Amino acid sequence: MKMIDKLLAQFAYASVTSDGKYYTVAVPKEKLHETASRLRNSALAFDFLMDIVGMDYGDSLGTIYYLSCTQFPAYVIALKTETDDREDPIIPSVSDIWESAGLYEREVHDFLGIRFANNPDMRRLFLRKDWKGYPLRKDYDANPEINPVPLTNENLDDMETVPVIEIHNGLKEEKTYSLFEKGEYVVNFGPQHPATHGVLHLRVSLDGEIIRKIDPNFGYIHRGIEKMSEAYTYPQILHLIDRMDYLSGTIHRHGLCLAVEKGLQLEVPERAHYIRTIIDELTRIASHLLGWGCMAMDMGAITAFVYGMRDREKIMDIFEETCGGRLMANYSVIGGVMNDIHPNFQRKVKEFIPYMRKMLKEHHLLFTGNPIARGRMKDVGYLSKEKAIALGASGPTGRASGWSNDVRKIEPYAAYRHAEFNEILRSDGLTFDRYIIRLDEIAESLKIIEQLIDNIPGGAYAAKTKAIIKLPEGEFHQRVEGARGEFDVYIHSKGDKYPYRVKFRSPSMTLVSALKAIATGTKVADLIMLGGSLDYVVPCIDR
Amino acid sequence: MFHFDVVTNWIDEFLRTYLLDGWALFIEFVVIGLVILTVYAVLALILIYAERKICAFIQCRLGPTRVGPFGVLQSVADMIKILLKELIKINRVDTFLFRLAAFLVIIASICTFGALPFDKGLHVVDFNIGVFYLLAISSLGVVGILLAGWSSNNKYTVIGAMRSGAQLISYELSCGLSLMTIVMLSGSLQLSTIVEQQDYAWNIFRGGIPAVIAFMIYLIAGHAETNRGPFDLPEAESELTAGYHTEYSGIQFGFFYLAEYLNMFIIAAIAATLFLGGWMPLHIPGWESFNEVMNYIPPILWFFGKTFFCIFLALWVRWTMPRLRIDQLLNLEWKILMPLSLINIVLMALWVIYL
Repeated sequence: MKMIDKLLAQFAYASVTSDGKYYTVAVPKEKLHETASRLRNSALAFDFLMDIVGMDYGDSLGTIYYLSCTQFPAYVIALKTETDDREDPIIPSVSDIWESAGLYEREVHDFLGIRFANNPDMRRLFLRKDWKGYPLRKDYDANPEINPVPLTNENLDDMETVPVIEIHNGLKEEKTYSLFEKGEYVVNFGPQHPATHGVLHLRVSLDGEIIRKIDPNFGYIHRGIEKMSEAYTYPQILHLIDRMDYLSGTIHRHGLCLAVEKGLQLEVPERAHYIRTIIDELTRIASHLLGWGCMAMDMGAITAFVYGMRDREKIMDIFEETCGGRLMANYSVIGGVMNDIHPNFQRKVKEFIPYMRKMLKEHHLLFTGNPIARGRMKDVGYLSKEKAIALGASGPTGRASGWSNDVRKIEPYAAYRHAEFNEILRSDGLTFDRYIIRLDEIAESLKIIEQLIDNIPGGAYAAKTKAIIKLPEGEFHQRVEGARGEFDVYIHSKGDKYPYRVKFRSPSMTLVSALKAIATGTKVADLIMLGGSLDYVVPCIDR
Repeated sequence: MFHFDVVTNWIDEFLRTYLLDGWALFIEFVVIGLVILTVYAVLALILIYAERKICAFIQCRLGPTRVGPFGVLQSVADMIKILLKELIKINRVDTFLFRLAAFLVIIASICTFGALPFDKGLHVVDFNIGVFYLLAISSLGVVGILLAGWSSNNKYTVIGAMRSGAQLISYELSCGLSLMTIVMLSGSLQLSTIVEQQDYAWNIFRGGIPAVIAFMIYLIAGHAETNRGPFDLPEAESELTAGYHTEYSGIQFGFFYLAEYLNMFIIAAIAATLFLGGWMPLHIPGWESFNEVMNYIPPILWFFGKTFFCIFLALWVRWTMPRLRIDQLLNLEWKILMPLSLINIVLMALWVIYL
């Protein structure tokens, strides 16, 4: 009997089903907190909460907690719970067990109206406080007369007031508190600000130059992609997914394709796998180049930004030829890729590899060795490995802290099993590590591309699919490694051509809570630089 | 050598032959004022164009190319645009101080500009305390910046103004001390005397190692004085949107913008005057024919050549380096540059006494 089976056998009250390395554990909501803390504290510590999916099953509301264990990262547990109360659903919070749950629970609260007892912050996350109804409930009324376009700004005092619901020994207590005290010097960084990488609203309490508190507010570019997806067919959803994290949109799109293909049990031609992998890695390079440049620009070095953009342009040109699009490549489709590669594709990519290697040296020369840049990044923004896991700060940020979390290694998808590459890990977790890891990953991506580009197998570039794609009934979960962290797709299908529920794990959202953790106590200039070093993309947070 | 004092003296005599002394002086004042303002504006346009082209060169771009040949008229077009822009009235600002601030900044800048010796006889006043005057009047600008930040009723501008106050007042010290080193060498505060003394060896050669150190310190501190490059914390685009001038629009913003560029010119011009011989051509003792050839280049070109060399250094640094953090900025001044300047003054004293 494997360790995980032993562990799960302890929960007599839970119904456990298994599908290879994926385990589903359904527990009643009274037992949720106990089960969660035992899973977290067992020998097989499930310390990484990947995502919380809020569900409306029709007659009941529920949550699904996707858990992973950093020691044996291939094991994934979906911990499920439900509540029948649709009027005032309350589920115990797990934010004391996993720090990242705080924001996820707020998101579920915002969309489904479930309140989490003992979560220290039960404000809505994306929608305004005065929004009526909960959009992801199936009985939600989307009539614009109920929620007209507001003509006034949201009251800042309202944004500070935090409602909390606490349950101790069966006694329910509701209260509110204010995030900032009277007389605190609170500065708004954003929603319109040159360095928040999108419309992120950080309310920052300052003491001179020193940051005391940070309160991130989301939702300024919230488009309700998850809600829209419920009315769209699968090929249509593909177009929305590019618009979330526009810098690694191709990778995320790949993730959705893989999830749907998993559901259809569709055999994708090997050629498509290779092409997708190469395009993914090119996207990763482009995204890291922009991330590198933006971080440098946040620190005041505008030239470095232009250098990054210049090299990114080469990749954009390759995309334009093969995919038609530049930023939104629109390339992966269900069953393969949209078109075959352009005749110039292989030649151009092969030209690009030595060019980029040369330019990487230049980037190091320009910025990595610069004494001011080194001085700025020294000793600032320490994120320990434990904290990174607790916050779910995956991707390069987590790897800079020494957390091995590369999905390409954990669950090799597409053609990654055919390429030899290293997962870049650093141990210090400082700003400099998060900076240098991106340049190192560019070099590693080049290695992957180099191995694959000459070996693209022949054959069809896409499998034949039916005109109308209907997913069989069930739940499908797919993880891919986006440019700034793990991107998960969760699809709940009822056998229709529309999904019943779609949830995307945003890697950027957890990065903002990491910003909150590492920037407190630093200076204003550091806040901006740390934001650049985490490299979040706001449309991905807001979805 | 062709000096401009021939022209200026001729104008002076011409006016005095036809007018009473008082009227002649009055007309001269008006003419000088107009000339200074024109040169100030034209130089700003040239500098903006130069910066855009040099920055584009460093960043592998082309820079402005559309307006006029090689885009030379781009900054003229920008100037016209900025003149036509609306002056936005902002709610709940201290209107008087808000308006005054832009003027203070530009007045300080123009007053400093007027005292520069462009050529022999081509300066407005030749004070016997010229260096002191330059230092005193150029530090008035910080009052304008502080007022701008304070009166805008905006949290970003206040942070920008506080940073600016801390930065300018700190770097004023090293700036002043490094200039004092040269004053010790030449024994005079009068700019014309200082330039004349550099006839056969510019101060940077004459003063040996202490002068070279002083020149370096002056370039760093002076660069910090202009709020540019790695020292642009008061504006810190990525942190404070535009720092102390966030709320300004139209020509009031234009005043800050002009002053910033001209301050860069002024700092470079002072560096050229005190360290690199001002309008004095490069003379090497003993090489008479070489000196003769050098004399054919008009002194005003020498002055602008040296100044633009210093400006180029400033631009190069600005477009290469990331920004410092406030504590690093103040550490650099109070823990490195200031003690170094003080030691350097002692060094210069020893140099002057024993060599």
